[in-house]
Amino acid sequence: MEYSNLRRQTIFMKKNLFDQGFLDEQFNQLEELQDESSPNFVEEVVDLFFKDSSRLLTNIEQAIDKYPQDFYRLDSLVHQFKGSGSSIGALRVKNECSVFKAHCNDRSLEGCRRSFQKIKREHATLKQKLESYFQLLRQVGPREHAVSSRK
Amino acid sequence: MSIGAAGAGGVVGGGEAPHVLAVDDSSVDRAVIAGILRSSQFRVTAVDSGKRALELLGSEPNVSMIITDYWMPEMTGYELLKKVKESSKLKKIPVVIMSSENVPTRISRCLEEGAEDFLLKPMRPSDVSRLFSRMLP
Repeated sequence: MEYSNLRRQTIFMKKNLFDQGFLDEQFNQLEELQDESSPNFVEEVVDLFFKDSSRLLTNIEQAIDKYPQDFYRLDSLVHQFKGSGSSIGALRVKNECSVFKAHCNDRSLEGCRRSFQKIKREHATLKQKLESYFQLLRQVGPREHAVSSRK
Repeated sequence: MSIGAAGAGGVVGGGEAPHVLAVDDSSVDRAVIAGILRSSQFRVTAVDSGKRALELLGSEPNVSMIITDYWMPEMTGYELLKKVKESSKLKKIPVVIMSSENVPTRISRCLEEGAEDFLLKPMRPSDVSRLFSRMLP
């Protein structure tokens, strides 16, 4: 039956996202908040994250290229990015932000540049994967994904 | 779900649902906090700065609790806490501080200034039930 096949796919996709370290428990916590009154809560929050993060990434890029470097400001920007990533359960993004902050602490511009490239890659990959996940969920229907499939 | 405006309140303990003021400059965190609070049947107003929080507190008397982020531009959560505790009108309102960093000196400074509790982000539903069972009738 087409429906249960789709349902299986969403479960599998989500399991992969966790197994590969893209997402952590915080994402489950958000899914458990979904109910009839807010059936798309997670997708809405994730959308907010990607809107917000695009702006932050631009600011970080500009701050990296600025001379002389303001590591304090760089750290502050990445701290914000790390915070909102952590709020949606974006584990890899969060971890790479920690690496970036360590480079700021060491005042290593080269380290920051390398780390920033990784952050951008992780961010783009997560965006693509979550877009696919939510697209699939929409096909399954609202009721089913209000309940977390991974406890 | 509308994020930011006060939602419909459920009935808690025979009266109107407690109204919580959430303060955070991050739109993502405001949405998460509001979602957690609303799922526990609280009314929530979420604002993006200490300044806006004080404006709201000036006009809206029935706030049962303030939950604020620590690190915010212009006015930190600590500064907001101080202003609330210095105000004869507002000082009885419990204030909870949230931060993504576990800094003991920061935590004790906030508690000494009168914060009810200090939560580490990201906020979880269990944090809310723990807080409110202690603080609200």
